[in-house]
Amino acid sequence: MNTRRLKDLVASKIMFSAAILSSLIVLITALALFYRSIPILKTQSLSDLFLSSSWHPWREEFGFYPFIMGTLWVTALAMVLSIPISLLTSIYLAEYAPSKVRGIIKPMMDLLAGIPSVVYGLWGVLVVVPLIREYVAPLAGVITTGYTVLAGGIVLAIMVFPIIISVSEEVIRAVPRETREASMALGATKWQTVKHVVIRSSLPGIIAAIILGFGRAFGETMAVLMVVGNVPKAPSSLYDPAYPLPALIANNYGEMMSIPLYDSALLLAALILLLTVLLFSVIAEIILVRIKRRYSLG
Amino acid sequence: MDKRKIEENFFKGMMILSTLIVIASLLVVLIVLLFKGVPALNLSMLTQTPRGGYYLGKEGGILNAIVGSLYLACGATVIAFAMSLPTALYLNEYAKRSKLTSFTRQSLDILWSVPSIIYGVFGYTIMIYLGMRASLLGGIIALTLLELPIMIRAMDEVIMMIPPKLKEASYALGATKLETTLNVIARQALPGILMAIMLALGRAIGDAASVLFTAGYTDHIPRSLFDPAASLPLAVFFQLGTPFPEVQQRAYASGAILLVIVLSVSIASRLLAKRAMKYVIR
Repeated sequence: MNTRRLKDLVASKIMFSAAILSSLIVLITALALFYRSIPILKTQSLSDLFLSSSWHPWREEFGFYPFIMGTLWVTALAMVLSIPISLLTSIYLAEYAPSKVRGIIKPMMDLLAGIPSVVYGLWGVLVVVPLIREYVAPLAGVITTGYTVLAGGIVLAIMVFPIIISVSEEVIRAVPRETREASMALGATKWQTVKHVVIRSSLPGIIAAIILGFGRAFGETMAVLMVVGNVPKAPSSLYDPAYPLPALIANNYGEMMSIPLYDSALLLAALILLLTVLLFSVIAEIILVRIKRRYSLG
Repeated sequence: MDKRKIEENFFKGMMILSTLIVIASLLVVLIVLLFKGVPALNLSMLTQTPRGGYYLGKEGGILNAIVGSLYLACGATVIAFAMSLPTALYLNEYAKRSKLTSFTRQSLDILWSVPSIIYGVFGYTIMIYLGMRASLLGGIIALTLLELPIMIRAMDEVIMMIPPKLKEASYALGATKLETTLNVIARQALPGILMAIMLALGRAIGDAASVLFTAGYTDHIPRSLFDPAASLPLAVFFQLGTPFPEVQQRAYASGAILLVIVLSVSIASRLLAKRAMKYVIR
């Protein structure tokens, strides 16, 4: 009896420490990155770092502006392309599609989510980049290599589909059936019900889904890196190349250790990336937790 | 009246169109990769490591990357599993519904959204601090960080769904918490646990950004934990980056291999889960 008790006690302590350890990883990561970016924060002012376009590590000039703009352009385009398509799809899956159709499409979403980012990047190089170079850019009267913000945005949009679709489908389905029935009973059509009742009551969840998608797009590295051209200059149109923050880190970190501040600058870039994504996912998390609480109580 | 009908049909049409776009993008990715990759594939790619001048278009294969990826992903999955199962069990069976459990769940959800390049950078800074070079072990650690939130939350979701009556029956027989957890809960959740493991494994095999600095790249199959290790996603990336069309062809083939491995992991997980259903009391 005593050994059984003892085993139980030891096991519970082990499980407790595993839980604590895994919940502290985010904090440890952020602290480590911050600690390592102190040197650059000490020598350069924040406005120099964020607003200067001069990226010349060997002259110790680290202006993140082109990279931040590159990230924002690519991410914004991806969201513009992805949000309407994802939301319409999730409404279709949650409200309109027969369960048979849903049963086919859901595993496809899982597949889409499971495809490695390098494969998306490769696909972008094989399909999207030539398409832009040969057809889309000439239509707009632009000559480009095809490695552009547009290519990055398209590839990212596809990568973000499964996240937005699965989360928003879930929150739409969580809207109680009575709410819909009340609207239908007043003579509203299905779309009117969706528009005025379902979307309105699941709006916070849909926003959370979009934020999660944004976070994913913001930090995606390899696929974007492969199609976006990597020219350290703030883009001014969809047909310009860009150089997003994650690509900057991936291309340079671990190599140029001979310049003392370079390393610290790249870790600062990683910290910016982490904090932005954390901010967005904390907001999304708060919204989603609230929704869960509302439905489990109400 | 008519206007409402038109609006209804318009939006329904748009929804179906969007759904088709999403499905088409999946199919196009799969088809292009397989059509471009499979013709470039040959047996020596699967069975040989790169010979001298491989990246100039000479003989050899990417066995180093295939084996490296399996080592990396399997190693990370083992470690992640060893941490995930206790954590998921703790969250559901031991901890009372408290601030701590919801904090843990939320921080894991947040960890889930952290870009994998961050794990790579973080892993690498730790490795420099410890005086390690890019190695199999470093890659495994970075991938473990990537896998943890995926695996724990997936296990957590299934364990949460287990009906409390099963536990109560076990307690009524005089079993301790640990005995109940291992003999009743873990068994009941087995299909879900297997799915969680495979889900994380699939992610780890495909992830490039986290192993970029931590595992390095080499033409040899690693012999110890401290050797650098090649990986398939990076093989795709590096081969595509060469200026030679023959080598780029091999990048397509490597991409197809990676895709096939990831897809088979996902199919295998469904099959395994189905088999494990026989332990589940319904």
